[in-house]
Amino acid sequence: MFDIIARFFGRDATASKDVARERLRLLLIHDRSMVSPEVINALKEDLIQVIQRYMDIDVESLLVNLENEDDSVALVANIPIKGLKRASNG
Amino acid sequence: MKSKVLVITSGKGGVGKTTTTANLGTALAMMNKKVVLVDTDIGLRNLDVVMGLENRIVFDIVDVVNANCRMKQALIKDKRFEGLCLLPAAQTKDKNAITPHQMRNLTNELREEFEYILVDCPAGIEQGFKNAIAGADAAIVVATPEVSSVRDADRIVGLLEAAGLSEIKLIINRIRAKMVKRGDMMDISDIIDILSIELLGVVPEDESIVISTNRGEPAVIGSTSRAGEAYRRIAKRTMGEEVPMYSLQESSNIVARFRRMLMLAR
Repeated sequence: MFDIIARFFGRDATASKDVARERLRLLLIHDRSMVSPEVINALKEDLIQVIQRYMDIDVESLLVNLENEDDSVALVANIPIKGLKRASNG
Repeated sequence: MKSKVLVITSGKGGVGKTTTTANLGTALAMMNKKVVLVDTDIGLRNLDVVMGLENRIVFDIVDVVNANCRMKQALIKDKRFEGLCLLPAAQTKDKNAITPHQMRNLTNELREEFEYILVDCPAGIEQGFKNAIAGADAAIVVATPEVSSVRDADRIVGLLEAAGLSEIKLIINRIRAKMVKRGDMMDISDIIDILSIELLGVVPEDESIVISTNRGEPAVIGSTSRAGEAYRRIAKRTMGEEVPMYSLQESSNIVARFRRMLMLAR
């Protein structure tokens, strides 16, 4: 009811508590994942090891980061490939 | 004696840790429990002021730890209530003046004489926090319905769990019924959903807290303060009684107010 009146008077339609709750939700995803730089680095090392089994990758320009999307947090990895390894079980 | 060490903590400053410690402790003492309030905010002591006992300090927690005095000499007896004592923090030392190990010994010594040992934790997550939680059996996390406070509370819960504390309960402080009603303040269920810990109580925003702090008399002493009533319920819950949650609507209409009076009379 209040929302309708508020909208009528041109006020922001979203209750500020919903904004607070959403911001908090995103914040806590970040906080709880405890992504310290060390964790990210360890993850990076492991990723390199696994991927190198299948592909020749550019280790120097590999990027791994947490990124805020519109309404979620994503782990984004950018891994340039130099070449694919020849299948050995041909 | 069966005793319990409860640490009152929050992460963020200014959300009402000290007020909660003072009121919960006083309420427990009013219910004939033997209670000691321990101020661990070394360098920024305040619990003595909220309790109105600031003029009676001779020795402090650092003196006890360093054996400059006996525990009995440092404990200030609150003359208003049988069985209520305060162990004040030191004002001139810093947070590194005591260690978690010393804190554990100190709380163990207090267990011999008191049923409830309430430890008022400093803001932050550094040494002072680590000291305060060292000897605790359970924790009470105080948060206000704001993004920053709930975020810090979440961090604190994580640190408490990592330290092996499994009994962690939440007090939501300074909630404003009117703002919740019009959707401009997170309500109890929003906060509980996010933090997913057990709710110990809800304390409404109340001017009487400012007034009682001005006077150095915890709000639970008077019978008219709504916050005081909320703290009395929290005290009963702390003792294991089942008490209905403080309802935000209670103050808003006459029927509910009357019903509350009847409940109090029971």
